[in-house]
Amino acid sequence: MAGILACGAYIPRFRLGKETAGWGSPLEKAVANFDEDSITMAVAAAQDCLRGLDRSQVDALYFATTTPPYLEQQASALIAEALDLRPTVFATDITNTLRGGTIALRAALDAVMAGSARQALVVAADSRMSAPRGEWERSLGDGAAAVLVGREGGGAEILASHTMTEHMLDTWRTPQDLFVRSWEDRFIAEEGYQRVVPQVVSEFSQRHGVVPKDIDRVALYAPDARRHQDMARRLGFRPEQVVDPLFGKVGNTGAAFTLLLLVSALETAKPGDRILAVGYGDGGDVFLLRATEGVERVRSNRRLVSRHVEAKRILPTYETYARWREVWVSEAARRPPPPMPSVSALWREKEANIRFYGSRCNACGYTQYPPQRVCTKCQAVDQMTPVRLAETYGTVFTYSMDYLAGTIDTPLVVAVVNFEGGGRWLGMMTDREISEVRIGMPVELTFRKLRTVGGVHNYYWKCMPVRA
Amino acid sequence: MESIRDRVAIIGMGCTKFGERWDADAIDLMVEAAYEAYQDAGVSPKDIQAAWVGTVGSFSTGQALAEALKLDYIPITRCENACATATDAFRNACYAVAAGIYDIVLAMGVEKLKDTGASGLVTPRPMGSDVEPPTPPPAQFALAATRYAHHYGIPMEQLKRILAKIAVKNHHNGTLNPKAHFQREVTEEQVLNAPMIAWPLGLYDCCGVSDGAAAAILVRADWAKSFRDDYVLVKGLGLAVGGRQGLLHDDYDFVHFPENIRAAQIAYQEAGVKNPRKEIDLAIVHDCFTITELILYEDLGFTERGRGPAEVEAGTFTLEGELPVNTDGGLKCFGHPIGASGIRMIYEVYKQLQGKAGPRQIKKTPRLGLTHNLGGRPGSFTAAVALFGGRD
Repeated sequence: MAGILACGAYIPRFRLGKETAGWGSPLEKAVANFDEDSITMAVAAAQDCLRGLDRSQVDALYFATTTPPYLEQQASALIAEALDLRPTVFATDITNTLRGGTIALRAALDAVMAGSARQALVVAADSRMSAPRGEWERSLGDGAAAVLVGREGGGAEILASHTMTEHMLDTWRTPQDLFVRSWEDRFIAEEGYQRVVPQVVSEFSQRHGVVPKDIDRVALYAPDARRHQDMARRLGFRPEQVVDPLFGKVGNTGAAFTLLLLVSALETAKPGDRILAVGYGDGGDVFLLRATEGVERVRSNRRLVSRHVEAKRILPTYETYARWREVWVSEAARRPPPPMPSVSALWREKEANIRFYGSRCNACGYTQYPPQRVCTKCQAVDQMTPVRLAETYGTVFTYSMDYLAGTIDTPLVVAVVNFEGGGRWLGMMTDREISEVRIGMPVELTFRKLRTVGGVHNYYWKCMPVRA
Repeated sequence: MESIRDRVAIIGMGCTKFGERWDADAIDLMVEAAYEAYQDAGVSPKDIQAAWVGTVGSFSTGQALAEALKLDYIPITRCENACATATDAFRNACYAVAAGIYDIVLAMGVEKLKDTGASGLVTPRPMGSDVEPPTPPPAQFALAATRYAHHYGIPMEQLKRILAKIAVKNHHNGTLNPKAHFQREVTEEQVLNAPMIAWPLGLYDCCGVSDGAAAAILVRADWAKSFRDDYVLVKGLGLAVGGRQGLLHDDYDFVHFPENIRAAQIAYQEAGVKNPRKEIDLAIVHDCFTITELILYEDLGFTERGRGPAEVEAGTFTLEGELPVNTDGGLKCFGHPIGASGIRMIYEVYKQLQGKAGPRQIKKTPRLGLTHNLGGRPGSFTAAVALFGGRD
């Protein structure tokens, strides 16, 4: 029986909250930093999921989002490279639907059952926007989730599933829209969410003979807190059965939402626990899972959901968030605009820039980044072994805080990082408080988007204070 | 390999007013510097047989020099070596004269930076993947300042005071120099309270962006006395070019610049200097940032490792001190038109050796002067050290 071999999650560090000047609400919302997007968050969640595993066994990658950075350019291809998956991996983007996460899960399970993949990685991420002070702003949040599925040996087996597909304009966006559009709230609630979810859950229940008291935990999609609480009750679940939907802490994370709540359930599931996962958007999906004796394997040494929820920082002003999303127009710094990157140079440097490989000299053992042909220590030529440093911890050897560079996160913190096991790198630090930066601080690498120039999203790694 | 010592002489020099020269472009600046040099040397433009012109980004070929000075199809090489450009242009001119290929040549350094409209330095970047931090020089040098405090166990507030004293010293010297961009005193408090540029370096820890040019006319040493009695001899020329070692090697300490040490070794060996502290009478060095000057006191052998701060407290390097450094105000007061600075430094040493530095003239009669010119950033530098002396 197909099952979940491992899971992971990622929620951005920053929140709008009670202490945020200009937010005006005690509810917290997780907001991606200026250098994050659905691709970078997906990489982070997948790294959490794949921690300690042999990723050469991953045969397929399914990535779901409604906020892909490109319309013509496969996000999963880039994610696969940032994760250092094999080039022969089957990768696909499942976009344009809030149900993307569960659709991707269904497709991945079909692949492992059919034998076209031994292990399939499902990742979902979203960073949807409402207009400032708009109707949806307080319900939406940014985040990502990942599950690795396989045919056997899972920590949670998929017992059954059901699906329903229906075209419905309740919330939507065209390629030109920055903000989520929706029709009148009572219409979309009554004829959308409140009609479809009970229907798909009831069909599933009838087909598989499952009733609410058989379920230990339900990971239930909902557009907002009120509708979530209402639906759980309508479906017959008691509050203690319901996985915390994280409204008021994170928000609705779009295509990632149901998977994120499923990962949250797996964080604390005991062997034998039955988990129901319900997705919604252009129809509905229902999955029934059962945690096995090996459920601990699925979550060990991983950050998952609650650690990400807790390791947070409240932004001091709404303005910061608005600048990150470029809905607050600012005067540019008196610096020349950044040049367009050379696409051929980006392609040639993928090993170093996207997979973050350095090289270790076979003659003298010295690790150097970026990869060198001629060893910097012993001058041996072309005797290098590639070594991936993306998931190696480091410490800050020295740093500066630049008020001139003109980046959004002024002052830009640049750090010389020495990696555990050898190697050094000069890079940018993100997700930092100025007051916490010091020589000797431990850092980890994180995949981020540096900037977009000439329609090219320039992705690279930055360092950040170790999260959680 | 042979030594350059006593083979080449400077017979004339010129230096423009440095500053925000809205009134001048690179051509105007080259004319200003060159014609002062011709007059000083007592030569005519037609006498110049070959030229080396250093600029980092103001133009591409030597044609700009030919056009500015109306030179008659002579050979001109455009040189570039980051902030050490001018010294390297000078160096190449020296070798051509020493080789006996040319009798009388011109070395020019020039930079027009103030047409960009930007805050801070803007240098041309070739197209690439552009993933490196977009940090101009202040942040790069600040990495050394942060580490210096940590390495020597100095509280940062104390290190900043030491650095402020260097800025105060150089500003004071600049008030005595009509060619400097900045000619006003600053106090330690002003330096410490200045806006932050790249922590821990504030506004007054950083040299400014400015325009300027400087030129030298060189002949073989054995011919120099037919031009003037007080010609200045080139005693040593060292250049050391880094290859990013400090960023690739995880054991580089960021508190010494190996390129400085290597370049100085070459120059000292050529000139026969065994004890720089005792034998060098003045030094004009590359104070792009106060931390740079602090570290190069140690790199150039003016004091031991880690003793820079103590020497600053003792006033060793002031105009009245044991070894005056940056008597002309340094990059701090001239700003740093990148391609020009190295020869502007040589101009001050030249004038000091001739006893013509006016209110800046050092008390001791100078016999040996040093210039130090540094390009790049901690981890990968291009360092040039030159030594000059009067005729024996």
